[in-house]
Order: sequence, then C-alpha cells, then structure tokens
Amino acid sequence: MLSNDHNLLDPIIQITDLNFTYNGQPVLEAVNLAVGEGDFIAMIGPNGGGKTTLLKLMLGLLKPQRGRIRVMGKPAVRVSHHIGYVPQDVHINQRFPITALDVVLMGKLAPGKRWSKNSAQDRRDVLEALDRIDMADNAHRRIGELSGGQRQRVFIARALVTRPRLLLLDEPTASIDSRGQTAFYQLLKRLNKDVTIVVVSHDLLVISTYVKSVACVNRRLYYHQQAEITGDMLETMYPCTMEETCPVELVTHGHLPHRVLEHHKE
Amino acid sequence: MIEVMQFEFMRNALAAGLLASVICGIMGTLVVVNRIVFLSGGIAHAAYGGIGLAFYFGWPYLAGTLGFSLGAAMIMAAVTLKDKHRADTIIGVIWALGMASGIILIDLSPGYNVDLMSYLFGSILTVPDADLWIMVSMGLFIVALVAVYYKDLLALSYDEEFARIRGVPVTALYFLLIGMLAVTVVMVIQVVGLILVIALLTIPPFIMEKYARSLLQMMIGSSVLGVVFTVAGLWISFAFDLTSGASIIMVAGIFFFLNLLVERLIPGRRKIPKKNIAVEPQRS
Repeated sequence: MLSNDHNLLDPIIQITDLNFTYNGQPVLEAVNLAVGEGDFIAMIGPNGGGKTTLLKLMLGLLKPQRGRIRVMGKPAVRVSHHIGYVPQDVHINQRFPITALDVVLMGKLAPGKRWSKNSAQDRRDVLEALDRIDMADNAHRRIGELSGGQRQRVFIARALVTRPRLLLLDEPTASIDSRGQTAFYQLLKRLNKDVTIVVVSHDLLVISTYVKSVACVNRRLYYHQQAEITGDMLETMYPCTMEETCPVELVTHGHLPHRVLEHHKE
Repeated sequence: MIEVMQFEFMRNALAAGLLASVICGIMGTLVVVNRIVFLSGGIAHAAYGGIGLAFYFGWPYLAGTLGFSLGAAMIMAAVTLKDKHRADTIIGVIWALGMASGIILIDLSPGYNVDLMSYLFGSILTVPDADLWIMVSMGLFIVALVAVYYKDLLALSYDEEFARIRGVPVTALYFLLIGMLAVTVVMVIQVVGLILVIALLTIPPFIMEKYARSLLQMMIGSSVLGVVFTVAGLWISFAFDLTSGASIIMVAGIFFFLNLLVERLIPGRRKIPKKNIAVEPQRS
C-alpha cells in the first residue's frame, strides 16, 4: 500500500494548481494531485462538486483554464487514447441497435483506421476481453437486453481492449444493485493488479474495502492516502469531515465495516 | 400493379420513390439514433428560403437551395455542438425564418409563382429522368461516404465522448453528417416533397431500431421498409385516385401504429426481463 509513495516520483497523473470555471462559476479551484502508478483511487464528493469535470480534464475532453494536467508525463489530450474510459451508463442510449461485441470493438478504433474491416485479431482480443470479465456468453446480445451490471462490464471490456495503463470510471455502479456492486468492485480490484484505477463515485461502499486512496472533491481536492486512515473504532463514518467541503452522513447498524478519514488540513 | 407500369410517369415515380426510400433509410437511421429529427425538419423547412433566394436573384435552382440549406445546416450543427440546451430553440428560429424569407422573396420576385403545395408534397408523378440520375448519383455518394466512415459514425452516434478519446474526429464528422443530411434533404425534397422526406427519414428507422442488431441492419431494414411503403402507397394512390405522397405517408403511419400495437400485445423476448431492469443503489 505504501508503494504509492515511491511511485509518486513518476506519477501517472500529475495535476498542478488546476482551475476550471464553467459559465463564470468556479468548478474546480487550486487542485493539486499526484496519482502514482498502481493506485486505486476513489473520487468522492457531492453532486456538482466537480468530480466528473475533473475526470473529463484527465481525459483531455476539457481544457483547464489555469494550471497544468499531465497524464503519463504528457498533456492529457495527447495521450487520451491510452486511457481506458468507462462513462456513466445513464448517458448512453440503451435502445441503440448494437451488440455487446460491437460495443467492445469500438475500443479498437484508432486514428487512421478507416476502410479496414475489423481484423480477426481485433475480434479475438475483444472476445478475450469479454471473457476476462465473464461476459463471453453475452457477446452477441443487444446491449439493451443486458442488466446494468452486465452493461457496465461490457464498458470495462471496451476500455480494456485499448490495453490502458490507466482506467477512469465515472459512477460505474449507479445502475447496479448492491450485490452486483460488490462483485463489480472485486472485478476492479483484480484489474488493479495491472492498471491504475480512478473511480468517481458517490456511494461510500467503494471506499470501505476496495480502494487504496480517496480524493474528496468539492471545488477543492483533498487527498487521503490509505496510511492516514485510522481503524474501525468509530461508530459513524464521516469521510471527509469538514464543515462544508463535503458533507456526508451515514447511519450504520454498528457492525458495518467502516473507515474514518483524517480532517482536511488547511 | 403491372399494367400501371406501362406509363412512363408511373415508372419514374416508382424509381424516384425507391431511390428516396434507400437514401432516407440510410440517412434516417443516422438521424434517429443521433436524435436529430428536429434538426432535419429545420433543414428541410429552411431550404425554402434557398428556393426564394434562387428565384429572386435568378440563380440556378439547385445552387441557391443547396447553398442556403448547407449554410443553415452548418449553423444548426455548430449550435448543437456548442450549446445543446439552446439548440432546439435556435433550430426552431432558423426553421421559421428560412420558410418566411423564402415566401417573402418569392412574393417579391416578379411574375413568378412557386406552388408551396408542390414543395410540401412534391410531385412524384412528374419526376423527369434528369432528377432520377441526380438521385442515383447522390445515393451512391452517400453509400460511399457512410461505408468509409461507418465505424466512426457508429462510435460518434453511440458514445461521442468515447469516440473523441479514441481519436475519432468527432466535430468534423458531425459537420459532415449534417452536411450529408442537408444535401439529402434538398435533393429528395425536390422529388418527393418535404413532408414525405421527413416521414421516410423517421418512420422506417424508428420501426427498425428495435429489431436491428447493428446500425447496418437498421439502415438496410429501413430502406426495405421505405420501399414497401412507397410501393404500397403508390398503388393505393393509383387505385383510389389519391395524392401519391400523402398515400405513402398514410401507409407508413399505419405500419408505425401497428408496430406499436403489436409490441404492446406481444411482450416478446425483446422486452427486457424485469429482474434485469437497472436498479438504483439500495441501502442495505
């Protein structure tokens, strides 16, 4: 877990003094973050706090007004095709006539590949990626016929066929029931052996067992490393306790495993 | 039906209808999955401004109409990309302004009067051979472009952000798509009229969307459906002496509602099983 520290010499994502405004409203202010190779980081915070915006900045879909964002040592736009991206399910048309296989094949798109039919190699890679997430049986089903959890797995497979070093997920469990969520995070944990993962989430289940570090995003960003997290002594879980930064409250029945993060310094 | 074919105008009408069905089947599929039906309506109506302009200044008909529609379409495309939430309003404004300016320009043009009805419903029974050849070449042109950019168009239509990340030139491709749409609409309107173009762009793809397993299947299926509607509609119009364009649309409309009805009555395998429906995260 502390391996995170030496990896920080050469972070996979490096954000320095980043500011982003949307329609004159500051969305992100003075954000600094270094994500080390192999990290599994959860970005949590209230809706409208800037989590998704930060993710899109990392993908190069948005440009920061001030500050710098480097992914794998280069500006985000230049390396975005090396990033695996799993978007929010709700934004995608479920009636679209497309099979799971064809969705994953989309991950094989690359600049300058026009005329070419999908090669046999591409299809093998895609089937292998689907197999890796236990979805090979559903390869030829229409995407709309799959459950929320299965669809999310397909999107992961699509991100994985790009052979990314970095996987970014935006609210991946929003349409999965709680049992499916557990299975889903176990899958991510397995994948984390090879790839660095950043997951945007507002469900706290994530933090409890699977992630290595937590970033609280509410206009500003507060980074908590695993090492800071104290044990399971407290009754209530307040991630990111600090007046208005990200007010989160959770009532538990006592035996729920939980963690408490340190106060934000500043 | 056979004896009808001895009339040249009927043969041409059928050919024009079939070509329009295929072109609209391909473009309509892209229109429906990208949810730009309203934008297509906007282009189709604004094109009337181009007709007015062409008459007023004595420009060649096609150059005036095509130029004006492409201009209007590019503005709509830019607005849609820049500000999604305002786009429908702006399209509505361009829609109305285009139509109004066309009518005023034709009022001002000395001694010439274009029949608005023939613009709306076309004159499929009086299609000259030259127009047929224009439609053939346009059809080939569209098939070629869609074939070259198929994978990119698919990615753009399905998940624009992901396409962008994969290096698909999303913005340029979107303008290309809208440009193709403008050309389609202008050329096909001339032959079958604005109302029939919108019907052929939307109804067959809407029906096919649920049954197709790929964009390509949806394009082929929509084209075939369009052909069926056109042939049936033309036959009805001939047999009962009704307006051809309106008859074709009535056939398509009846199919549209029959399809909805069948879907309600037979909750087949295509319906998502209940347990698979997305569940919001639950507290446990």
